[in-house]
Amino acid sequence: MNVPLGAVIGLSAVLFTLGVVGVLVRRNAIVIFMSIELMLNAANLAFIGFARSLQDLSGQIFVFFVIAVAAAEVAVGLALIVAIYRTRLSIDVDEVASLHG
Amino acid sequence: MFLTQAAGADWFALAPWIIGLPILGLLINILIGHRLGERAIGAIASGAVGLAFVVAVFQYLGLQAEPEGASVLVAEWIRIGQLDVAWSLNIDSLSVTMMLMVTGVSALIHVYAIGYMHDDVRFQGDPGRFRRFFVYFNLFVAAMMILVTADNYLMMFVGWEGVGLCSFLLISFWFEKGADGIGNAMAGKKAFIVNRIGDFGFLIAMFLVFWTYGSLQFEEVFHRAEEMGAAAGGVVSLITLFLLLGVVGKSAQLPLFVWLPDAMAGPTPVSALIHAATMVTAGIYLVARNHVLFELAPASATTVALVGAVTALFAATIAVGQFDIKRVLAYSTISQLGFMVAAVGLGAYVAGMFHLVTHAFFKALLFLGSGSVIQGIEHGHHNLQHSDGHHGNGHFDPQDMRNMGGLRQRMPVTFWVYLVGALALAGIPPLAGFFSKDEILLDASLENTAVYGLLTAAAFLTAFYMGRQVWMVFFGQPRSEAAGQAHESPRLMTVPLMALAGLAVVGGAINWPGVHWLTDWLEHTIEHVHAAELSPQVAGISTGLALVAIAIAWLFYGRRPMMEGQPDPLRRPLGPVFRALENKWWVDELYAAVFIRPYQRLARWLADTVDWAFWHDWFHDRVLAGGFLGGTGWLAWGFDLPVIDGLVNRLAEGLRGAAGRLGRLQTGYVRNYALTLFVGTILVLSYLLMR
Repeated sequence: MNVPLGAVIGLSAVLFTLGVVGVLVRRNAIVIFMSIELMLNAANLAFIGFARSLQDLSGQIFVFFVIAVAAAEVAVGLALIVAIYRTRLSIDVDEVASLHG
Repeated sequence: MFLTQAAGADWFALAPWIIGLPILGLLINILIGHRLGERAIGAIASGAVGLAFVVAVFQYLGLQAEPEGASVLVAEWIRIGQLDVAWSLNIDSLSVTMMLMVTGVSALIHVYAIGYMHDDVRFQGDPGRFRRFFVYFNLFVAAMMILVTADNYLMMFVGWEGVGLCSFLLISFWFEKGADGIGNAMAGKKAFIVNRIGDFGFLIAMFLVFWTYGSLQFEEVFHRAEEMGAAAGGVVSLITLFLLLGVVGKSAQLPLFVWLPDAMAGPTPVSALIHAATMVTAGIYLVARNHVLFELAPASATTVALVGAVTALFAATIAVGQFDIKRVLAYSTISQLGFMVAAVGLGAYVAGMFHLVTHAFFKALLFLGSGSVIQGIEHGHHNLQHSDGHHGNGHFDPQDMRNMGGLRQRMPVTFWVYLVGALALAGIPPLAGFFSKDEILLDASLENTAVYGLLTAAAFLTAFYMGRQVWMVFFGQPRSEAAGQAHESPRLMTVPLMALAGLAVVGGAINWPGVHWLTDWLEHTIEHVHAAELSPQVAGISTGLALVAIAIAWLFYGRRPMMEGQPDPLRRPLGPVFRALENKWWVDELYAAVFIRPYQRLARWLADTVDWAFWHDWFHDRVLAGGFLGGTGWLAWGFDLPVIDGLVNRLAEGLRGAAGRLGRLQTGYVRNYALTLFVGTILVLSYLLMR
């Protein structure tokens, strides 16, 4: 199956935009987290698309790194969320605003 | 004799001791005097001066061998460029004459003072000052010796100031006594200040001498002055006139004589030593020493003579109207110093020095005699207070001749020696005063008629006021109870009196007409002195006038002695003139009106207006303090607070405001940060893309 590069990049852009909007508009920390994952994977998709189109493997290798970092991020982020929940009994990010100026 | 065979230089080597011995004496009395008794203190002081007299005799012996004299170097002193001043003693016949006279008379007065001060410190109520008195006395002799032995102007000035200082210390010896408890201190101050005016003249003369002749050493100055001769005419006149100012101050001549009568506030031996015999003769010595300069400036010399003659007459008139026994003698001293000044002014240096020596004998005698009288009266006064137990008359003045009278029987020794002194002063032959005064009169009659007239009139008055004094003090009835209780002074006082009386009788022998011992002697130092022969005319006139004056004095005071409370017999016939005499021609009042009060007004104006109102109130308080306060106030409130503080505060406020506004950006909402990040990223990307 031969998918054109424009479609892949378009899908990546749509996914990234969804992620951005999700991060900006949602208040649930887990949803925001998921949106961040969505943005990461949109970027991964763009890497893959370009790697295939350019016949260069370094894009795919980069994706592995991103996935590894994302996994580490999930571990740290979820731990943070659990810790916040334990103290505040909520994971609404708007309530975690005690560092405002 | 081996004495005359010894070389003069051997004797001259002893010369420094003439200053050293009195200083040694005073040092001993200062250091260990408090452990010694009065007798020992007096013996040390008198012994020091007596030994100094012996040294002076040695100098005389040395001069016999070497009549030209010598200069004995004691120490180098000042050497700056051209100026080379050494402590060097000038031994010549003139200075040795002064040494012999000063130390000899001083030694006798020292001995007398042992007896006098013994009682005086008790009458005045502070026996502890006995030692101080003799320390001052020795210091005075040392200073006088520095003055007469000096071989340069500067060293002479040291002695000149030294005797002035001692005079001040001794006049105000009882500084807490006198009128209003400050009279004696005021008298001392007056003597000091009036002397300062004369010292100023001496100083200026000294500067001029150095400026003109390039040296301060007598010998060099005179040598160069003779070489330059009339070439430096104007300057020589200036020098001699300024020297005259010094003479007028130190020898109490018109117009600076006013300090001497007030100096009678000192104890009587002080009056005898300083204000009759020695210190006041420094002026005459100064003129004689500088005779070379005065010969080059005839106008100045004539001025000197006139000043002396006018002073002689002027002071003699005042002496007629005084009631204080010592004040009469004080004005008499001024008058006699006038004779000497007139003599040296006329170039009759030998006559001046002759009268200086004889006057020292009989005036010291008269002063010491008056001291004996005063203490006799004071003893009587104290006896009365003790026997009657009344202390009422606090105003009793033991020196007022109106309180005396009839002392001839009570104090016979004092009377006889006093009579000798008075006759010598009056110029009755063959006493010492006759020969010396006559020599002056003779020289005056040859040189200057005006001076001769003035001096003859003064001699007439001299005999009159001495007659008046002797009759008032010693004859008639006692005019106070104290005088009735008076008794003779102790031998310690009368023996020096008798010695001085002997000198007053035979002192004229040193320059008898035809003998001219003093003339030959001084010829080694002063050139072209001429021997004065006795002129029967001059001697006859002066002796005749003296006898007439004594007769008139007898008419007024002797024939009918004054009674207690009776006014002076001269008061009626002389009328206002007597009042003028009694008030000393109002010279003190004149000086007070012309100098002192304007000066005080000036001083007050300077103090109140210039110093206080201007400098203190205006300049210091207003300009300095006010300006400083104003300036610092403005700096503090006008500059520091609004500008410096304002700047910092404004900056801080601005930062705080900015921080507050910036802080509001920090909402704490994660999505805000995310949005910012997002927008920023887009901006960066779009910039990169659209570049």
